[in-house]
Amino acid sequence: MKKTYSIEVDCANCANLMEETTKKVEGVSNATVNFMTQKMIVEFAEGADEKATMKEVLRACKKVEPDCEIEL
Amino acid sequence: MNKKQKKMLTRIIISAVMLILINVLPVDKLPAPELIMTIGKLIFYIIIYVIIGYDILRKAFKGILNRRVFDENFLMAVATVGAFALAIITKSGDYNEAVAVMLFYQTGELFQSYAVGKSRRNISELMDIRPDYANIEKDGTIEKVDPSEVVIGTIIVVNPGEKVPIDGVVEDGISSLNTSALTGESVPRDVKPGDEIISGCINLNGVLRIRTTKDFGESTVSKILELVENSSSNKSRSENFISRFARVYTPVVCYLALALFIIPPVFNVFILHNPADISIWLYRALTFLVVSCPCALVISIPLTFFAAIGGAGREGILVKGSNYLEALSKAKYVVFDKTGTLTQGVFQVNDIHCSCDKCGEFCGCEHGHNENEDKRILEYAALAEIASSHPISNSLKLAYGKALDISRVTDIEEISGHGIKARVDGIPVAVGNARLMEREGYEYKKCNHPGTIVHVAIDGKYEGHILISDVIKAQSAKAIAELKNLGIKKNVMLTGDDKVIAEHTAKEIKIDEFHANLLPADKVSRVEELLSKKNDKETLCFVGDGINDAPVLTRADIGIAMGAMGSDAAIEAADVVLMDDDPINVPKAIRLAKRALRIVYENIGFALLIKIGCLMLAAIGLANMWLAIFADVGVMVLCVLNAMRALIKVR
Repeated sequence: MKKTYSIEVDCANCANLMEETTKKVEGVSNATVNFMTQKMIVEFAEGADEKATMKEVLRACKKVEPDCEIEL
Repeated sequence: MNKKQKKMLTRIIISAVMLILINVLPVDKLPAPELIMTIGKLIFYIIIYVIIGYDILRKAFKGILNRRVFDENFLMAVATVGAFALAIITKSGDYNEAVAVMLFYQTGELFQSYAVGKSRRNISELMDIRPDYANIEKDGTIEKVDPSEVVIGTIIVVNPGEKVPIDGVVEDGISSLNTSALTGESVPRDVKPGDEIISGCINLNGVLRIRTTKDFGESTVSKILELVENSSSNKSRSENFISRFARVYTPVVCYLALALFIIPPVFNVFILHNPADISIWLYRALTFLVVSCPCALVISIPLTFFAAIGGAGREGILVKGSNYLEALSKAKYVVFDKTGTLTQGVFQVNDIHCSCDKCGEFCGCEHGHNENEDKRILEYAALAEIASSHPISNSLKLAYGKALDISRVTDIEEISGHGIKARVDGIPVAVGNARLMEREGYEYKKCNHPGTIVHVAIDGKYEGHILISDVIKAQSAKAIAELKNLGIKKNVMLTGDDKVIAEHTAKEIKIDEFHANLLPADKVSRVEELLSKKNDKETLCFVGDGINDAPVLTRADIGIAMGAMGSDAAIEAADVVLMDDDPINVPKAIRLAKRALRIVYENIGFALLIKIGCLMLAAIGLANMWLAIFADVGVMVLCVLNAMRALIKVR
């Protein structure tokens, strides 16, 4: 299960941090943050609840980059 | 500028004005006690500082709370707060530096976010081929609907100036299409009823009614958009290097700065028994911190790749990721499929050799052709083949060019594997290969030209033969020559055709090596053989038209599919997709990749050199905060500007 989300992030390094963080969230099997197109592609692990996982992703990302935004 | 950037700009202007005012106005001459003056001045500076830098302070603080210290916010907060503290401790009353550093940093950040945002939009606009709506006709009125709601077989109307939203076939109307967003080709393409057209083109003049042949999701435009949007997700080694580098680099610099602050004073006091000079070393350590921001590197590398991918997209070269761009820049072997790649893949009547003496045994006759004779041969051959839909027959009919009257043909007899016998205007005609001539007892001339030979006998007499062959693309030879100039070690051609034809093509375009009579599986093993021979730093590209060669496209380091409009398998399997089917785009893509990588290395080298230089100057006390700010913001700006070069067209 793969989904693309629009994000808002200002710096490339922060985008990298978001990617790192998202990968560590439970229920996410892989993630890529594309700074240039301002998109986040999340691959969910099998059986993971998308909505709950993304909420957790957003919370984790806010921690590393308070200015970021993910359109859920 | 977006809302955030506007707000930032206002903050910068307000604090800059306040900073200038306090320096220009004669505040020192105010009639007030000295203590109040000093405190008042400090408070005023703190106000400016908070206006310009509150978000940095907040982020730095949050970073510490979240146990994520050592980011650039932290660096800036420590440096500026430190400079403030230093001014208070030394009672110098010079708070300008701390505020100015923050001001410049924020200006740089604003510029960066503006420049990056702008280039991001520029590049996205280049690839803006997404259609917003489709016009469908309902009860005589035209209605705009979401393209994804249109079912296959619906008639859609495309007005002049609109994008074709879905792939289809023209039912009605004549127009020219601008395909430049897809192919980079600037000459418009004319379409008439019956022509297939692909989505993403812009209709230039006439109204077209199109019967859709695909869903929106399966249409060319959706496929391309999907490809482009996912492209920068495949990260190159240089990009990964930079993000790993930044992760190690920032903490290292922070510890170095700390060491710079602690070790020399301790050394001074305990070993040299001199005064500690704490303030000097604190200042140096802070300058060190400002210099060290890794933004220039972190921002410019992905930006370069993105700009290069965007620029390539504009020219009809779609690269699926920056890792492929990197691989492409190291290409040393290029393997081509022949049919459809170096040649047009369509059969064409190349020559007609009559049975005259001049055409002789070697039928190299290019002189003294009796044109009427040629026409007669072609006419009879085309008529005899009228009922057949074989590609060879089609090419005969196409070469004849005029309408064929079926009533002139009777008694058509197709002899499988040989050819056709028929009566044209009552005259017996035999059209076919050498076996047919032998079977019918005609004495025929052999031809040493590569291609398919169609012998023609009319009214019991051998009249000559027609040479049908695949035509080499106009730019093939030039493409091979350019590849050689780009340092490609070996260009190889693979084909399923037989040796004579392959050899002829290979000679024409001066390719280094060719292998003929290959089955699709043989192509894979040939490519594998080449792969095993090259060393790790070299890469191998395979260029094909996507028909039957998906396995090879996948197997090669870089699979390049050309003329891929419509061939989904090729778009899936390839790493680089050429919208056009012109082989000249192969050297172009390689040149583009090489330039992008050169810019990346320039930026890495330039940024590191200046940074390390300034870091050393800061450590020995030769750099002040102003130089430090240049080393941070200035380098970043230069790197971003350099990165944008990747967007410029290549020759």
